[in-house]
Formats: sequence, C-alpha cells, structure tokens
Amino acid sequence: MAPVSSTTQAAPGGAKIRGKTLQENIAGWTFVGPAMIVLVGFLIIPLFFAAYFSMTDWDGIAPLNRGIRTEENPQGAYAFDGLSNYSRILFEEGRRQENFFVALKNTINYAIVVVPTQTVIALTLAFIVNQRWLKGKGFFRTAFYFPSITSSVVISLIFMWMFSTGGLVNSMIRTLFPSYSPVTWLDNPDGLFHLVLNAVGVDPSRDVLRICDPATFQLLGCEIGSVRVWDWLSGPSVTMTTIMILAIWTTIGTMMVIYLAALQNIPGQVYEAATVDGCSRLQLFRFITVPLLRPTTFFVITVGLIGSLQVFDQVYVMTSGGPANTTLTVAYLVYRSAFRDAQMGLAAATAIVLFIIIFVFTQVQRRITKEV
Amino acid sequence: MAATTIETVGQTSGASRLLRRLLAALGMTFLILFALVEIVPFVFTIANSFKCLPAINAGPWAFIPTSGFVECRDPATGSAIAASELTNGTTFRPSLEGYQTVVAENLPRWFLNSVIFAIAITILRLITDSLAGYALARIKFPGNRLIFFIILGTLMIPGVVLIIPRFLILKQLGLLNTYQGLIIPLAADAFGIFLMKQFFESIPKELEEAAEVDGANRFVTFFRIILPITTPALTALTIFSFQGQWNNFLDVLIIVGTDPNLWTLTLGLANLQGAGGETLIWNVFLAGAVITTLPMAIIFFSFQRYFVEGVSYSGLAGQ
Repeated sequence: MAPVSSTTQAAPGGAKIRGKTLQENIAGWTFVGPAMIVLVGFLIIPLFFAAYFSMTDWDGIAPLNRGIRTEENPQGAYAFDGLSNYSRILFEEGRRQENFFVALKNTINYAIVVVPTQTVIALTLAFIVNQRWLKGKGFFRTAFYFPSITSSVVISLIFMWMFSTGGLVNSMIRTLFPSYSPVTWLDNPDGLFHLVLNAVGVDPSRDVLRICDPATFQLLGCEIGSVRVWDWLSGPSVTMTTIMILAIWTTIGTMMVIYLAALQNIPGQVYEAATVDGCSRLQLFRFITVPLLRPTTFFVITVGLIGSLQVFDQVYVMTSGGPANTTLTVAYLVYRSAFRDAQMGLAAATAIVLFIIIFVFTQVQRRITKEV
Repeated sequence: MAATTIETVGQTSGASRLLRRLLAALGMTFLILFALVEIVPFVFTIANSFKCLPAINAGPWAFIPTSGFVECRDPATGSAIAASELTNGTTFRPSLEGYQTVVAENLPRWFLNSVIFAIAITILRLITDSLAGYALARIKFPGNRLIFFIILGTLMIPGVVLIIPRFLILKQLGLLNTYQGLIIPLAADAFGIFLMKQFFESIPKELEEAAEVDGANRFVTFFRIILPITTPALTALTIFSFQGQWNNFLDVLIIVGTDPNLWTLTLGLANLQGAGGETLIWNVFLAGAVITTLPMAIIFFSFQRYFVEGVSYSGLAGQ
C-alpha cells in the first residue's frame, strides 16, 4: 500500500519520487474507478438498503418520499418494525413461517439430490472421455457442453414440452411399456417417498401421518416450523424431481469440461510411477486420480451448491412454485413476496436469510470436503 | 489386481484383456447413452417447432418431413386440420405456423433488445474489467488491497439476493424500465475483473518497464502496449459476458419486466405462456426456443475452443 521500494531506489531525486507516486495513485484510482462505481453503487450500497428495508413493512409501491409512517405522519410509506419480519419468517407460527420452511425444505431437497448426482455423473463422463482408447473426444465434449450455452428459459420450455402429458417422455415410456398410464409430471405434488410407500401398500394419507403424540413416539404429524414432520420427510414431489432432472441435465456438461481439464492436468509420470509400484487400475483411480482431483471437486461442489440454493428461472417458467407449493424455492419465495404479494420488507428479510443460509452451507461444505 | 502388474511386463492374460474390453464397452455405452440424452431434446425441439399443434400432440417423435410447408388451418373453412392428416407417428407435414405466430408476438423487438443489452454490457465490461484488472495486477496505490478484497467479497453475494436491492436502488433513481437501468448495474463484474487480473499477472513485467524507460505513462502503456497483447483474455471475457447476458433472465425480469417494449428474448419467451389462453401452444414455444438459441449456437460452433478453454480455465483458476 505504501510507495513501492523498488521505485524509490531507482529514482534519483525526492521530488521525482513523489511525482511518480502521485502519478501512480492517480492512475490506479482512475483505472479501478469505473468498475468500483458500478460495484459499489449497484451492489454494495443497495445491499445495505435492503438490510434497512428488511426491518420495515414497506409494500414496495408506496412512494418513499412520503417518509416513515408515524403518529404525526400517518401517510408515511412504511413503518420501521425492527426484526419483526425475521421473526415472522423464522419463529412465529403461521402462514409466513410455513411458506419459508416449505421453501427451505424444497430447496434443501433439491440441493441434496442435484449436487452429488451431477458431480458424480460429470466425473464419470470426464474419466471415460479422458481414456486414451476413446475416439471422437471432441464430439462428446461438444455434445455434453452444448446445453450449458442455452438459456435456462429455453431449456425450461423444452422440458415443459417433453414432460407434458402427451410429450416425448410419456410417449416413449408408453411405447416401451404399453400398460403405462401417463404421469402428469408437471402437476404432481406427491413426494417420492410417499409414492414408494404407496407402492408397497401403505397408504400415506392414512391418519398415522397426521398424529402428533410424543408420548407414544408418533411424531409424523407434529409440526416443525409450521410444516409437518412427514412433509419434511416425504421427499421431493414428482414435479420437483422433473426440475431436478433438468438441472442435472444442463449442468453436467460444464462440470465435465472442468473435470476433464483437471484430469489432463495430472502429469502422466504420476501414473507411471504408481504403476511401477504395482498399483492396479482401480487403485490408481482411488489413490491417485481422486485425491489429485480434490481441489476440482471442491470447486465443482461449491459452484453447484451455490447454484442449487438459488434456483429460480426454472420454477418461474415451469411451475410458479406449484403444485401445492412443492416447487416453491426460497429464491422464488423472495420474488413472490416482493412482486406479487407486495411485501417488499418481508422479501428483503427472506433474501438476507437466504444469503446467510448460502454462506453457512458453503462454509460447512468447505470443512467437509477439506477433511474427507 | 495381480493381472495388471503382469501387464507392465508386456504380457496380458486373457482374462484381464477380456475384463478391459468389457469395461471399455461399458464405458462407451454409458457415454453414448448420455450423449443421446443431451442431444435428442434439441433435435426434436427443432423438428416439432415445424409442426402444427395437433401433430405435436399426436406424434412428438415424428421427425421426417414429407412435404413442403402446409397451412395448419383449412383456408376454406378455417378449421384446424386433423392430426391424422398431418402425421403418422414417424413422418409429418411441416408448417411455419409456430414461427409466424412467435414473430407476430413481437419477437423481432425482443431479439433487438437482447442484442442491444448483450452487446452494450459486453463492451462496457471489456473496458471496466480490463482497466480494473490491470490496476489490481500492476499498479501499487493506496487502497489497492482493500479494493481487491471488496471485489472478492462481491463475488460471494448470490445473484438472487441482489434482486431486491437492485430493484430498490433503480426505483429510487427512476431507472426501472429503461435501457440504462438494465445496462449500468451490469457494466462491471467481479468475475471479469479477476479473469483480467490473472491474465495481466502472467504478462512479463519487462514490457512495461521498457515502455516506462521510454517515458510513457500508465495510460499510454496500457492502451498501446498491454491491451494489444490481451486478445485471448478479452476474447474469453467477451464470450462469457455475451453468453451470460443473452441468457440473462432474472435481472431483465426485475428491471424491465413491466414494460413489454423492453423485454428480451428470454423474458418474452417466459411470458409467451399466456398467449395461447388455456392451450399450451407448443409449436410457438419451440419456435421461440429455436430462434433464441440459434445465435448462441452459431457463436458456440465458431468459437468452440474459446468456450471450452474459458470454462476449463475458470475451473483450474477457481481452485
């Protein structure tokens, strides 16, 4: 931060050094100026703005120049009510809390399925494409990567069509299994575990799932965060699963390309040395490839996790959060509260809670990946 | 396991060779299966975008066109032509109805807006990101480290969290539903600054030192000496930025969502769903999807190397 020592040594006179340093300072600030104006003006300052409004009941519509609503100024645009938005989302039983925890449950389900699945598939594909015997590497790389350059809205529309009742997916299954009765993929709120129970003859709509009696350990009907334990556990709905398939389908290409680059970065001598030491192919993969790919895996999982916790576009285009709120994600809830329910203050609070959740998740994930 | 050790000596036992062949076949099957899963949706999107609506619902897998373009409605009676006359499950009679309808839904305007936004933002980012990246890489000035950490911090803020703050500030500035409102907030990005900074750090310092000896100041050095050799990084930045903005949905929705004249392709497409009333007009959606994807596809196939290098690089650098 202080004037650089090397310039000090090189320059002959004191005045010249000062002139030079000044010139460097001016150049430095001029160069970073435009970018900093944009980032501070439209990213950092607005964030404080949002933190402030998360503590108000502003509806997002009333003109802000009317000021704060008080007894003297009953026409004010908003009232300041401290942390009550946060409390309504997190702690007070009711519809706000239910919406938030349902969205949180859906988002976590989504991340738990999507992140590991796409990582494992991407690694497997990259590993096969990296084999020396494989011909047409370029073709496979293009085929897998192409979906990544397409817009999420386009892919959502294509998937809506493919998974529609008479779409590609159902008609293909019907060709293979004539007895198949078409699933309404995009309008099916049943959880996957719920369907599994159905299949083995247990009717999940039975009363046992509604009972809350801690004394006899019948807890499935108890509510945690205004959401029944059974709803926490019944798994992603069929419709949510469709969105997960979409996400995995889109992302594996990018992750495969990243893995492939990392695999090609591992020097061949490492493998040669290990082979000479008597490692089998399986051992090579387990003890050389996987450990050397750890930084890449860390990167891929972090990017995947951050993306999964923010899923929005697909929900907006395909389901608007339905059916029965089973595809309502936290990001979509932020949008819905702000722009449909006219609850800008509440939406800002939800957004900040989401920020904290993403931060905590990535930190926890960082610890876990570093230790394994 | 013992079998593979023998391999290094040059002798491969029959069982091990068989196992390797089997594994290779298995791997190949896996690969081809996934490649099909990735490609098939696009192929059938194109095929179905050229069908009349009844033909899409009756035979989504039909992919061989059998005639010239037909009308979907009988010109005499105005009633829709029956699906059985349009497709037999394998072949279909193509139609331009989807494309005609989506163009009539104001698609040319969305296309123009997408072009304006993506190009304006990309050009501005090339300037702001490379200037900032250079300053952070090479110029020592007070606040250099602080600014670096601020930018690093902004990378951690998830995009979704920013929709409310951005909306608030743009509303206050009266920039909602304007071209400037969408362009200015996106005119610089932390990722681009990092990309440029990394690149500038890899350039040998001697170049600048020579220019300095000749009496050139920072500005002259940057524009005359440094920028001309920065083409690879600028190309990567151009591609990332253009792709990101061409496909951008969230910012467009929040900032210009209520003025249909400023909609881009993504927002226009997303709002097409209401256009058919109760019926989902798949041929129109799919035609819109094809038109939206086509420019990116052309760019991708022309500059494929840069795409792949860019992603690989961000993956390796991200560690």
